[in-house]
Amino acid sequence: MLKLLFAKQCKILLPTLIFSIITILPIKVEGKQLLLATTTSTDNTGLLDYLAPMFTKVAGIELKWVATGTGKALKLGENCDCDVLMVHAPSSEKNYLEAGFGVNRRHVMFNDFVIIGPDSDPAGISKQGLCSALKKIAGEKYIFASRGDNSGTNKKEISLWQQCTDQTPELQQWYLQTGQGMLATINLAVERKGYTLTDRGTLIKFAANSKGSVPLKIMVEGDQSLLNQYSVIEVNKARCPKVKNDLARQFGDWLVSMEGQKAIGDFRLLDKQLFIPNASAE
Amino acid sequence: MEFILEGLVKACQLLVQGDRETYSAIFATVKVSSISMTVSLLLGIPLGYLLGYLSFPGKKGVRTVVDTMLALPTVFIGLVVYAFISSRGPLGEAGLLFTLTGIAIGQCILALPIVIALTATSVESLDRVLRLTLKSLGASPLQIFMTSIWEARMGLLIAATTATGRVLTEVGISMMVGGNIKWHTRTITTAIAMETSKGQFATGIALGLVLLIMAFTINLALSTLRRRV
Repeated sequence: MLKLLFAKQCKILLPTLIFSIITILPIKVEGKQLLLATTTSTDNTGLLDYLAPMFTKVAGIELKWVATGTGKALKLGENCDCDVLMVHAPSSEKNYLEAGFGVNRRHVMFNDFVIIGPDSDPAGISKQGLCSALKKIAGEKYIFASRGDNSGTNKKEISLWQQCTDQTPELQQWYLQTGQGMLATINLAVERKGYTLTDRGTLIKFAANSKGSVPLKIMVEGDQSLLNQYSVIEVNKARCPKVKNDLARQFGDWLVSMEGQKAIGDFRLLDKQLFIPNASAE
Repeated sequence: MEFILEGLVKACQLLVQGDRETYSAIFATVKVSSISMTVSLLLGIPLGYLLGYLSFPGKKGVRTVVDTMLALPTVFIGLVVYAFISSRGPLGEAGLLFTLTGIAIGQCILALPIVIALTATSVESLDRVLRLTLKSLGASPLQIFMTSIWEARMGLLIAATTATGRVLTEVGISMMVGGNIKWHTRTITTAIAMETSKGQFATGIALGLVLLIMAFTINLALSTLRRRV
């Protein structure tokens, strides 16, 4: 009786076991891989999808990337969990290098930040100077969507508030911190008919997503402090013995090379250039 | 609103045309959840059996702990697993961060309490006479275990289905531990989260439907199994 039961159990157990072994077994032998931690804008715009195969072709290295806010990307480097970084928060990057977490920071490209808002422009900030625009939004308490996620854009935005109004609008009814990526934050600004700060690349991507018709218009642009500089930083091998610094160096070298710079300049969406290469301009 | 319909159409397109990115995510999801479910069933069923079958001091306490673990938030599990397998963490040497194995570890922590709790419950609700009969027939502890598990099989099937459902649909662990790396650790759920944050709502809906189709297939297989046994 018991034996009979076992026979039946085996009939079910055996195939399950075989299936499990098949799914667990295949461990691929992988070639050279480089892990990049980067910001959402380089991924969301599709720039990395465009650059990665070119780099693989030239260097024979597969590029893998984790796209997150600059804050988390820097943290991943600090914890030795990636080989190379491409980020855009110059002041944090400086501290980062001083602390010895990263080495060999090089400028790669830039675009600029813009303040966007609803077409009707209830705060009347269109074509105003940067600071008077921010003061008006804060003074009249119009909705402003902030990333609120310690990303490069968020750090820039906070520095602008401090520069213009001497304080961050923390805890204000009209100051909405999404804690999400740039496209999600633009989307919130659209839904709530508010203003937000975005990099131009992501705005173009947003326009491409919504098939060219964006309900938000650029209100403020062109100010010197709205420059958005992207840099590549190698994680410090002296601190993190396991990082693949030789591959990271190759990636950085390629980005700032004539070829890499041309590739970045050629990247277009809706027939607009998203990033302007500036490796030589240091 | 129209993106829901658009997503429905797109889901069919992705599956029928064999979109490489989608199938890579499907494969990653199947692989990682198979590993985590195999491990958590192999560990969870015996542990659940012991918890349901034996009576020992502090049993109620253990039960409460297991039941509390049912409420573990996936992002929290992800963060804790990250802390352990990060290069600077205690298990950093193993190089598990941003791999499917790393995600599987987190998912086991998610699934184990479910398997243990539901197995224990179904073993507890077995007829007490069964145990006495088996003992009087001279069954060894292993034979008692096998027979009890067999008799509780419907409950175990429910445990497996519930745990699979949670493992398939979690996003917190996969995102934090896996890093949503294209072609490697991008699962369907992290792809949905990413497409949504990119404003590609239709693609997000499409991938959600793909996941539902997968869950449907698995449940269909399980219910066939249920009818056969």
